[in-house]
Amino acid sequence: MALLQTTNLTANYGDFQALFGVDIALNEAETVAIIGANGAGKTTLMRSIAGVLRNTPEAVSFDGRPIGTTPADEIMAQGVAMVPEGRKLFPSLSVEENLLIGTYGRKTSGHWNLTTIYELFPILGERRNNPGTALSGGQQQMVAIGRALMSNPRVLLCDEISLGLAPVVIKDIYKAVPKIKEAGASLIVVEQDIAQAMAVADRVYCMMEGRVTLSGTPDSLSRDDIHKAYFGAGH
Amino acid sequence: MIWIDTVIQGVLLGGLYALFASGLSLVFGIMRLVNLAHGDLIVMGAYLILVLVTLLGLSPFVAVLIAMPMMFAVGWLLQKFLLNRTLGDDILPPLLVTFGLSIALQNALLEGFSADSQRLPTNALTTASVDVGPITLGVMPLLTFGSAVLVIVALNQLFYRTELGRAFRATSDDATTASLMGIKPGNIFATATGIALVIVTIAALYLGLRANFDPNIGPARLIYAFEAVIIGGLGSLWGTLLGGIIIGVAQTVGAAINPEWQILAGHVAFLAVLLIRPRGLFPRVND
Amino acid sequence: MAYTVTTQTRASRITTALGAVLIVVLFALPFFAGRGTIQDMFFILTMLVLAQFWNLLAGYGGLVSIGQQAFVGMGAYALFGGVILWGLDPVPAILLAGAAALVIAVPTAFFAFRLNGAYFAIGTWVIAEVFRLLVAQWKTLGGGTGTSLPRDATRDMWFVELIKEALDVRSAAARDILAYWLALVLALVTIGGIYWLLRTRRGLALAAVRDNTEAAKSVGVDAGRMKWIVFLTSAFGTGLAGGLIYMQKARISPDAAFSVTDWTAYVIFIVVIGGIGTIEGPIIGVLVFFLLQSLLADFGSWYLLTLGVLAIAIMLVAPRGLWGLLSERTGLHLFPIRRRLIGGRLTSSEE
Repeated sequence: MALLQTTNLTANYGDFQALFGVDIALNEAETVAIIGANGAGKTTLMRSIAGVLRNTPEAVSFDGRPIGTTPADEIMAQGVAMVPEGRKLFPSLSVEENLLIGTYGRKTSGHWNLTTIYELFPILGERRNNPGTALSGGQQQMVAIGRALMSNPRVLLCDEISLGLAPVVIKDIYKAVPKIKEAGASLIVVEQDIAQAMAVADRVYCMMEGRVTLSGTPDSLSRDDIHKAYFGAGH
Repeated sequence: MIWIDTVIQGVLLGGLYALFASGLSLVFGIMRLVNLAHGDLIVMGAYLILVLVTLLGLSPFVAVLIAMPMMFAVGWLLQKFLLNRTLGDDILPPLLVTFGLSIALQNALLEGFSADSQRLPTNALTTASVDVGPITLGVMPLLTFGSAVLVIVALNQLFYRTELGRAFRATSDDATTASLMGIKPGNIFATATGIALVIVTIAALYLGLRANFDPNIGPARLIYAFEAVIIGGLGSLWGTLLGGIIIGVAQTVGAAINPEWQILAGHVAFLAVLLIRPRGLFPRVND
Repeated sequence: MAYTVTTQTRASRITTALGAVLIVVLFALPFFAGRGTIQDMFFILTMLVLAQFWNLLAGYGGLVSIGQQAFVGMGAYALFGGVILWGLDPVPAILLAGAAALVIAVPTAFFAFRLNGAYFAIGTWVIAEVFRLLVAQWKTLGGGTGTSLPRDATRDMWFVELIKEALDVRSAAARDILAYWLALVLALVTIGGIYWLLRTRRGLALAAVRDNTEAAKSVGVDAGRMKWIVFLTSAFGTGLAGGLIYMQKARISPDAAFSVTDWTAYVIFIVVIGGIGTIEGPIIGVLVFFLLQSLLADFGSWYLLTLGVLAIAIMLVAPRGLWGLLSERTGLHLFPIRRRLIGGRLTSSEE
């Protein structure tokens, strides 16, 4: 049984339907990438899993329990943490406070704490007392990842962590992914950067217009398949 | 010499207004909610202390310690089950609901305690005064001002030194992202309003010890509190203290010129600040 | 097939017919109703005017004011000032009441528009308090204790003699009838005027500003100017109502004329209960309000307590008020503002 799974997941914003029966699964110790163009529904999928958007109870399950109607804070407490699109650091909080907020209200045991986060991203230790929003985009992304890791999640949802960053910075950030897996987390990585996604993922889902159009392991998918699944036939 | 005395009395009175205002400032800072029943909650706090004093024969200073957790619970429940449901992009629901609450509360107090004015029992300490050089200062105003400073120091410590304070700031920045961090914004708001009502209870103690009160005086306290918050700049607690002092000094100076001008002078000072510094003296940067 | 853009609904056409009959009946009311009824109707109509103008401000303009008592009080005091100091007849002095409210609305708006949302609300309240305290310093009009209209001014008021003879009533009753007719005219002009305003291009712009100031700006609606127009219009109308109310009372004091409960709290409850953001809402609201008052007024503070709780409940359960509930269920619109497309067939290019 998959660690995290969506079953016939739908989502609407008012009259606009954003997801049409999406089924994806994440197994223990696996990294899954979700690729697709803008507006394919990737972020909506992440927000649905994280509990920002409510669903039917069975639409999302984690560790065998239905969590489709569970509030975001409880999903987080159960072990699913999210690095939201656009990083969303808290401007009133310093770097260190942004990290500490990830452990709000509970003690967590596991590999990740302030010390290990600063080992993972040494620059954050140097700038621990700066306001989070005074950092460069790449450093802010590191804070956002560190903040999610602080709760020692079993599943880490990463939404567009390379968006708007220079290639060399993206490389730096993706260097952390093997260490995060090693520490015991399974990952869902949403990416527009196909090459990057293929490099880290065990399996890939491709989405278009609110549906999963292709899935498989990176080696089993041809460029042509992906192109079709990404942009639709006829392009 | 009389003018220095007047100004000092005004500064001390400002402490009372800062106490009225701190709770309002706290709640606005965290959830952008203006509670129009704030003044009536202060009056309710004064009646609660009075009831405890009368029923249990306690000193008001002991009664306030019992009233504080009770008022915290009132605030927590009020926010969790009523006010949280009004939060959102539309400004009408919170305004109209708290306005309805203000009217309901005033009239509930009228029904329960009649329109007769009441006062908390004073003792030797509360009527005592100390001489500082040529100026005589009442112990009560000094205690009030000291309490205001203490409350603001404590709130700043809470905000910038504790885990709860971090959660307050994070939720204030972005409630949705805060919930992704395991924070329940609804509970954070409830806790904030609970704390605001603890401060309200302290304000109520001094309100009731210094002067008479009746169920109808709430709205005027709301207005003083509001003026102090706006003068200081939204979300700045020290600014709120300064705002309270400006209103207090304007009132005592106004009253010294003509007793009928006391309240008017406070309002005029507020409008003058609004004219010169529309965002208050210490506006928050990211608002 | 041709399209037509219309705001008419079948209900609105029936309303027009029924409305015409109702207006005739209302004008004829003094010929067959007693003085008590006329006084009740005067109260209902003047509260309706206040409610319509507050609704224009808050429901359409998004400007929640808790300071409308400034305009009632200032209008009333201007009327008393005009009559007592300048020897004006009370009837034309009602226009002076509107003008005075308009004059103080300019500095009020100047200050209050510096504040947003909830702070605007309390800001207007503070300014109303300032006017109350200033007026209480006006010794020739009785200072804090207030004053009455001179007896000869009320006796020789325009039209009173005429009404006395035509209806064969005593002069006190004739004054009430005069006040009632004036209130009826004011209410009809108010409803008609607001309805007209909302159907003009300005009115549509107003809806755009309420829904989204930023978006409205981007399509070229001058939100700042709309706010001024709405605020000044409401102040003028509220001032007229204030003058009329105190012409009928003939006795004034700062605390009564600037009462936040009487002239703003009641008005807010009327609009919220009836349905904010509609013309029908305040009409329903004022009738419910009058009914509640007749039933509960003897219970003193219980009455206001009930109103407060009722307003909270309506805001939480049915934020569009009683009229909102009704029109949602039935699709009824008596004063339709929305433009609807009728005739033709909507097709999309892909079909």
